[in-house]
Amino acid sequence: MPSSHDWINKPLGVVEAMFAQSNSNPEWEAKVLEYFKGQLKEKESHSWVPSLNDVPLHYLKPNSLVKFRCLVQDMFDPEFYMGVYETVDPSTKANVLRCGKYKDVTECGVDLNSRNTVTAERQTFYCVPIPGESPWAKEISFLSAARVVPSTSYVPSRQKRSYEEDDDDMDTQPQKQREPHTEPHGNGDSKRQETEAPSSQTTTPSDCSSHLDLNFPLPGERGPACLVKVYEGLDSFKLNDTLEIYGILSVNPVLTVLGEEKDPSLLLLNPTESMETPEEQRAHDPPASLVPRLHMLYARPLQHNNPLLPSAPTEDQSAFVSSFLVEMASVRAELLAYLTHVLLGDGLAAEYLLLHLISDVYTRRDVLPLGKFTLNLSGCPLNSYTERLYQIVQQLVPCSYRLSMSLHTMNSMRLVPKKDYVANRLVSGALQLARNTSLFLDETQLEQGQLDSSGVRNITALGNLISWQKVDYDFSYHQMEFPCNINVLVTSEGRSLLPSDCQVPLQPQVTPPNMEEYLTTIHMAQFTSQINKFRVYLSLARTLDYSISDEVTKAVEDDFVDMRKDDPQSVTAEDLHRMLVVARLLSLSLGQTTLSRDGWMRAKHIDMLRRSRTEQQKSLNGNEP
Amino acid sequence: MSSPTSTPVGSKRSRDDIPVTPSSDGLASPPSQRRRGQDSSNGDLPAMPTSPATDIASPAVHDTSLFSSPRRSGNFLPSEVDMSSPLMYGTPSSRVEGTPRSGVRGTPVRQRPDLGSARKAPQVDLHTELPSADGAVASEQAAGQKLVIWGTDVNVGTCKEKFQRFLQRFIDPTSNEDENAGLDLNEPLYMQKLEEISVIGEPVLNVNCSHVQSFDADLYRQLISYPQEVIPTFDMAVNELFFERFPDSILEHQIQVRPYNALKTRNMRSLNPEDIDQMITISGMVIRTSQLIPEMQEAFFQCQVCAFSTRVEVDRGRIAEPAVCRNCNTTHSLALIHNRSAFSDKQMIKVQESPDDMPAGQTPHTTIVYAHNDLVDKVQPGDRINITGIYRAVPMRENPRQSTVKSVYKTHIDVIHFRKTDEKRLHGLDEDSDQKLFTEERVQTLKELAAKPDVYERLSSALAPSIYEQEDIKKGILLQLFGGTRKDFSQTGRGNFRAEVNILLCGDPGTSKSQLLQYVFNLVPRGQYTSGKGSSAVGLTAYVMKDPETKQLVLQTGALVLSDNGICCIDEFDKMSDSTRSVLHEVMEQQTLSIAKAGIICQLNARTSVLAAANPVESQWNPKKTTIENIQLPHTLLSRFDLIFLMLDPQDEAYDRRLAHHLVALYYQSEEQIEEEFLDMAVLKDYIAYARTYINPRLNEEASQALIEAYVDMRKIGSGRGMVSAYPRQLESLIRLAEAHAKVRFSDKVETVDVEEAKRLHREALKQSATDPRTGFVDISILTTGMSATARKRKEEVAQALKKMIQSRGKIPAMKYQQLFDDLRGQSEAAITKDMFEEALRALADEDYLTVTGKTVRLL
Repeated sequence: MPSSHDWINKPLGVVEAMFAQSNSNPEWEAKVLEYFKGQLKEKESHSWVPSLNDVPLHYLKPNSLVKFRCLVQDMFDPEFYMGVYETVDPSTKANVLRCGKYKDVTECGVDLNSRNTVTAERQTFYCVPIPGESPWAKEISFLSAARVVPSTSYVPSRQKRSYEEDDDDMDTQPQKQREPHTEPHGNGDSKRQETEAPSSQTTTPSDCSSHLDLNFPLPGERGPACLVKVYEGLDSFKLNDTLEIYGILSVNPVLTVLGEEKDPSLLLLNPTESMETPEEQRAHDPPASLVPRLHMLYARPLQHNNPLLPSAPTEDQSAFVSSFLVEMASVRAELLAYLTHVLLGDGLAAEYLLLHLISDVYTRRDVLPLGKFTLNLSGCPLNSYTERLYQIVQQLVPCSYRLSMSLHTMNSMRLVPKKDYVANRLVSGALQLARNTSLFLDETQLEQGQLDSSGVRNITALGNLISWQKVDYDFSYHQMEFPCNINVLVTSEGRSLLPSDCQVPLQPQVTPPNMEEYLTTIHMAQFTSQINKFRVYLSLARTLDYSISDEVTKAVEDDFVDMRKDDPQSVTAEDLHRMLVVARLLSLSLGQTTLSRDGWMRAKHIDMLRRSRTEQQKSLNGNEP
Repeated sequence: MSSPTSTPVGSKRSRDDIPVTPSSDGLASPPSQRRRGQDSSNGDLPAMPTSPATDIASPAVHDTSLFSSPRRSGNFLPSEVDMSSPLMYGTPSSRVEGTPRSGVRGTPVRQRPDLGSARKAPQVDLHTELPSADGAVASEQAAGQKLVIWGTDVNVGTCKEKFQRFLQRFIDPTSNEDENAGLDLNEPLYMQKLEEISVIGEPVLNVNCSHVQSFDADLYRQLISYPQEVIPTFDMAVNELFFERFPDSILEHQIQVRPYNALKTRNMRSLNPEDIDQMITISGMVIRTSQLIPEMQEAFFQCQVCAFSTRVEVDRGRIAEPAVCRNCNTTHSLALIHNRSAFSDKQMIKVQESPDDMPAGQTPHTTIVYAHNDLVDKVQPGDRINITGIYRAVPMRENPRQSTVKSVYKTHIDVIHFRKTDEKRLHGLDEDSDQKLFTEERVQTLKELAAKPDVYERLSSALAPSIYEQEDIKKGILLQLFGGTRKDFSQTGRGNFRAEVNILLCGDPGTSKSQLLQYVFNLVPRGQYTSGKGSSAVGLTAYVMKDPETKQLVLQTGALVLSDNGICCIDEFDKMSDSTRSVLHEVMEQQTLSIAKAGIICQLNARTSVLAAANPVESQWNPKKTTIENIQLPHTLLSRFDLIFLMLDPQDEAYDRRLAHHLVALYYQSEEQIEEEFLDMAVLKDYIAYARTYINPRLNEEASQALIEAYVDMRKIGSGRGMVSAYPRQLESLIRLAEAHAKVRFSDKVETVDVEEAKRLHREALKQSATDPRTGFVDISILTTGMSATARKRKEEVAQALKKMIQSRGKIPAMKYQQLFDDLRGQSEAAITKDMFEEALRALADEDYLTVTGKTVRLL
């Protein structure tokens, strides 16, 4: 374990040294970034950096380098700060130039009128942990972090316990705000906690009872939210991007105290202060103990958040991929068998579920998202079957969320993010999800009744999400469209009221007397190593490239014409769309990166099977009174 | 010199009017007679005799002559006063507006907090030695020295001269701004405006910066870079000029210059630290306005011990409370007297970037804007505005008890000028001026494209490339995007003629109708997308909402109003409730929306094109039925669509092959090809925007003839078979389509080719939608009356047959219903359904031949 990790422990020192050397040559900024990038490139080095996701905040050293795996939930307005400022050194009485980058506060005695002051611009992103991250993904990343002991005051013996806390809270505690109060007392840090807790409340005198809303997209989430100060490449970041951010942690208590002070006479005279509503202040300047600041040095967009896969597209990964490709077919068979069991012996449904799980919007053609594959699993048995099914899906994918579409939730829940102009922030909704999140819509929970206007809006939003893979965020004066990439799985009794790319009526081959037990046994029968293989498989299959040769194109065309010749009514352009997607997913699921004739025939075949099944269903329903 | 005790006559308009004597000698003035806000000389403080240079930063702001207001004579100060004497500081004479030569009389100056008198940063000290005639502004050309305002390259004298020359000489013959309506374009524009001011008495002169730029680029540069120095100089110049010309006019206060349209117009996103303290113009949408904030301009302190009073000006938002009384040397004896301090109006406005100029995938930025004095309450949330103002950055307040400060600045814009961009809707003029500005090269590319002979085909194929073929439909939509020429006959009492083309797509489900709609919605800047199922009449039109904060009733506009000048895409048109659909009647022909709700009665413009998609009632299009029967829409509404297209599955092998090829290619196209296409979409957008803004084609003689012929032909076709096949509405459609086609060619004339294409397209659409399935002929009456002529004829025949049958039976007063039906069926060779029978009965009843009561039919 290397001991001299100054760049992790005291990154600001590094920055300042470089600044001092530079003689206000602006190139130093690029050098700083290069330096840190270089350090992180070294083997394993990024694992030495403690992660905000895994280590409780109070174990982390202020002003040290940390990383954070997160989703950009909101982007605040750009702010101007003093990039370089001049102070008077109290001991020597000499004017000193200081660097204000990567810091929230300045040293004492800033000469505001100095001509050497350089104003620079940065932007703040409000970041939250990736919504709906599966417990297993958290656990694995946590354990891997614990393996390499980070250079913090964080005592490894406590890891286990705090992890367990995490786990408990997952299930039992829907309330987000317990964090500052539930922190265990009796260690040195708790003192700081205590002194800050009251002060954080005084900042919001108008509304003491309301908790600071951390604005997580999904209810019941917890974890650190973070204000990330971004200095470079502002345009390259987009809302809802998932990033791994390396930055300097800042939890300076001054940040809290500054906002707290409210001398009424000063308030009157200082218009800039009075302009901010308390809500806005709370949203933009929450206490640093709750929402730490992170000054970004380096950010890496995450293609996936599966900790079992190498995250960076390096040589590592291609080696990993090629080694896994060999196994691909066998893993697929195992997974298919597993899913068949789970789906009560319905092999076709299992096949479709597998395809659905690896689907991905790989591109958009004007408004048309290509590659989406929304699956409607109809005919699901009632009574908690869907819930168990979700748990199994959750075990397989790194990110998921189950939306129980009961009348109450549809009417009351906020699905679409909405801009709150009073607090000047984007209030999140359940549809603000990271890419490739599995959204499990449980329509079996829906009963008859009245949808109110917000319910209708929610259903419309879900419909839009499924058909166009976009969510129209509500900016009250207008809507803004944000493209997304979410895998939607709808379980329903009959045909779903939501649109879908493909409907598969479930035909159970077995009817276990005790569903719960049945599913639990299946689940238990799998070894963790096996499950891990599935997880890697699903994430990997999605990232493979895919192409189609001219020859096969021709064959597909011929085939389509032939099919239409027989019965033009039965095969439409839409069917061709779907079959092309199925063919793509089918090939990828087998690890084949080009479409073969066989692949196409297979795709056609299973689509045939599925269609005959739906038609059968239709005629069945037709006979009913 | 006005005595401080003299209560000024009238004109206490508001706190921010400062029409009163400056109380440089206010030490002894009885406080009781002061109105609050009377004194807000912001520069010259009697208490600070050593600070003349505070004025430097913004000369005219400070040489505020604070006379007790509209007194005309008496207090006029001789121009000979030696202004440069330090003795004059703090006396009213030093505040004489402008130069001594001017005829500026007792018109009070209104303070301009928008220019930020508070900014007198470090310049101060450097300038004490440079007091000069123009209120401490160094401009002594006489000395042969070129003196400039500290920190800038602005020489007040030259600057003023230049601006006066600009005002006197600037002519803009090509002006088409609505502000200049009614002015003679060949006379100096701004002199006419000054005249207007003298008549109307509104002392504000709006100056278009692009005019300044074209007149004197250097002056413009100075204006942009040092607005808070230059604008006061402009003020001075204008007032001199004005009072020279109109020595007798009385104004509320001196004229203020409000520049707008700084060419640096940019969106909020591109603001950066370099713009601080510069004049900028940005566009955005108001999202929130604050209550009115009285902002203290000057604090009034009185010593509790000796009643000595002193004034302290607000400096960068804070007041330095004097610790020691200068009179009696008591420490901490001074207390703030609120009602003798001076305040001005201020309002915080939050502006958000308009959705059009945002990069995809990011959230809009907001900016805080401060409006001062009469600009307060000029805008409402939801307004789209262009703001010209000065960009400011203020360091966060230092905390005396804290050694560290936050290193962040607060930024805002002090507004100088608001310009509502959607104001014009009220004026009913064409298109917005906030249209994208096109660069020369862009215009060149567009024109090159327009010159190509196949531009029409090119554009139509660039439209929604992911949707296969349907060339005619795409062409129709393309013409809709361009629209016809707007004609205003309201002066002659005929009202506006609709220029927008409405299109209805109907056809089998799954024929990518929705996709087309989505594409169009994404293409046009003012598009709205609604679904018939999800929208109510209210959501389409407008509704009245009570603002929870102010309890004010607010009119919230719905999709149709929002898409004014744009396209409203309505999916699932058939699923719309009847009441909702009825709203469309007005919109689709009159292009307005009337609202009478919660005490608000108004008519809004909704000049929107409607692009609707409808599914057949029976889920599959029934070719044996007419359009009306298939989609079950009222014909009154259908006839308002210019083009009705059927999107049907053609079911032919060659088509299938092409379709398959297209789809497969769609899925597996390479990156570059996709890239190319995106370029196309951007070009297409610009092309449409350009044509809509700049091209207004008119019919030429030949084209009119061709149109007349076409119309006559259409009517002739029908008359041959005893039915009418065209109505004036169809003629109007033809005209619109021809105009739109001319726009596609960037042509100012509608020529025969345009008419030909309009005819062709119209015919194609008719062929698809108005073909009588029984006869195979195109029959426009299907759309206009809901029934084809053959169907009507048939109905008549049945009725006649029935009548004949009844008559043949002789005199029977009543007969059984069922029996009659059976008899008729037996007699007729064609199959007669019950419906037909009933219709015939009804027809006869209408003739007063019989009545039907229950199961019996009685003759009358």
